[in-house]
Amino acid sequence: MNIFSKNKVNKAFYMGFKKNNFLEKFTNSQVFLPLIGFAGIIVLWWIIALFRSEMMPTPPEALAKNLDFILHPFYRRGPGDLGLGWLLLASLRRVCIGFLLGAIVAIPVGFLIGMNNTAWQILNPVIQVFKPVSPLVWLPIALAIFNSAEPSAIFVIFITSLWSTIINTAEGVKNVPAEYLEVAQVLEMPRWKQLVTVMLPASLPYIFTGLRISLGIAWLVIVAVEMLTGGIGIGFFVWDEWNRLNVSSVFLAVFVIGITGLILDYALAKLQTLVTHRPARG
Amino acid sequence: MTQQQFLTIENVVKSFKKPDGSDFVVLNGIHLSVGEKEYVSVIGHSGCGKSTLVRIVAGLEKPTSGMVTLEGKRITKPGADRMMVFQGYALLPWLTVRENIRLAVDEVFKKATVAEKISIVNKHIEMVKLTPAADKYPHELSGGMKQRVGVARALATRPKLLLLDEPFGALDALTRPKLQQQVIDIWENHRQAVMMITHDVDEAIFMSDKVVMMTNSPNATIGKVLDIPLPRPRHAHELRETTEYYHLRNEALDFLENYQ
Repeated sequence: MNIFSKNKVNKAFYMGFKKNNFLEKFTNSQVFLPLIGFAGIIVLWWIIALFRSEMMPTPPEALAKNLDFILHPFYRRGPGDLGLGWLLLASLRRVCIGFLLGAIVAIPVGFLIGMNNTAWQILNPVIQVFKPVSPLVWLPIALAIFNSAEPSAIFVIFITSLWSTIINTAEGVKNVPAEYLEVAQVLEMPRWKQLVTVMLPASLPYIFTGLRISLGIAWLVIVAVEMLTGGIGIGFFVWDEWNRLNVSSVFLAVFVIGITGLILDYALAKLQTLVTHRPARG
Repeated sequence: MTQQQFLTIENVVKSFKKPDGSDFVVLNGIHLSVGEKEYVSVIGHSGCGKSTLVRIVAGLEKPTSGMVTLEGKRITKPGADRMMVFQGYALLPWLTVRENIRLAVDEVFKKATVAEKISIVNKHIEMVKLTPAADKYPHELSGGMKQRVGVARALATRPKLLLLDEPFGALDALTRPKLQQQVIDIWENHRQAVMMITHDVDEAIFMSDKVVMMTNSPNATIGKVLDIPLPRPRHAHELRETTEYYHLRNEALDFLENYQ
């Protein structure tokens, strides 16, 4: 999250100008140190590319080959020939639908098992068994049910989004401080109102932790799902470009997927701060 | 005698089942009354069950036997006529100062108009001198400010009996006397029944009309009741100059030291 700590970065720059030792401040800043990390990776890539020059492009070669993708993200040159922006939007659409459906199911289920011990004993073993299963295993089952790639991909994301959100919501509900509920009891607040005005807002930080983990995994999984199902999407793009031996495009995809994932997490963290009025953790 | 019958605690016993099946008796036969305009403190060593006692009066816990009555009516469950100020403040962190107080006002004064509710909230924020911080969130406040919100929230619901469960216990030594003075100033202008739990002798004597001293748990009971006839309005620094204060203080400390 460092590169998004905008205030700190701005402050470092600002102080740099003010004290007129910009260079020194810059080398200590939160921009410079992450840059060293990325530079290291690129150097490593470059070295490997020099040894495996028949397949691997060097960073400048890859940049040159990807220039069209980078400069024209939203081109349409035929039914299957779309710019990266469109592919990204198609993948994001699947993730968003699956993730939202997952959240709609997972948050109430989390509340149920967090508040009711019988429900917990019924559902916890199911969750513990299903949670470690790679979500991709659900793909054949989904294809058997829906007989079509698009709903199957969304279904897999839906399953992916369930577990962390359920578990963290339940944890949040169990951890609502007793004092908050006692205040509500002393005020003679009806039970349903305690749920909405005290328990839900009190467990929101936990719910958001669950949502952020779920969305992170969903974004990992969609790429793999699209490699298997084909169609339009950033995952299939990776597989397709590899089949055409365009490793340069795969490198581009690595950065695009990574940055998109980071933005998704950042967006949820921002939403959390907005909704809970407290700074997001981690 | 109506004053004596405002809150009565009659022969209250509270015991818990231990894992080995035997009973652990926390409170054993508590008799206590609080008058309609009386400030009563309950003092004792940690773990003597004084918090359990205030929670029974609040209705958050049930006595094993005996009963508590407020104005002749038996207490069986929590109610806003016995609003509590919690040691850990118990402010809802997602609500501002104003919203925290408003939440309580909304629950208690269901029939009041919006304008009336706003005026009650503002009046109590002003009473604890928090008007400049009214729109801040609890995490932006110091401990002393948080507890002032706790006090304002409790007073805003106009309880018949105000329960204070070690209200100053979590505050630092410099903030504590300031807040004690503020609370007692408010109380002296709006006298009402208060039951305060504390483990601080000076606090108990300074604020109360009556200090109830408890023996240690298990089987804790009331060891001694000390009347505090010091004149009001009270000011901590003036009080510390008087000899009566020191007599009362020594009496309380002597008692508590016997139960070390």
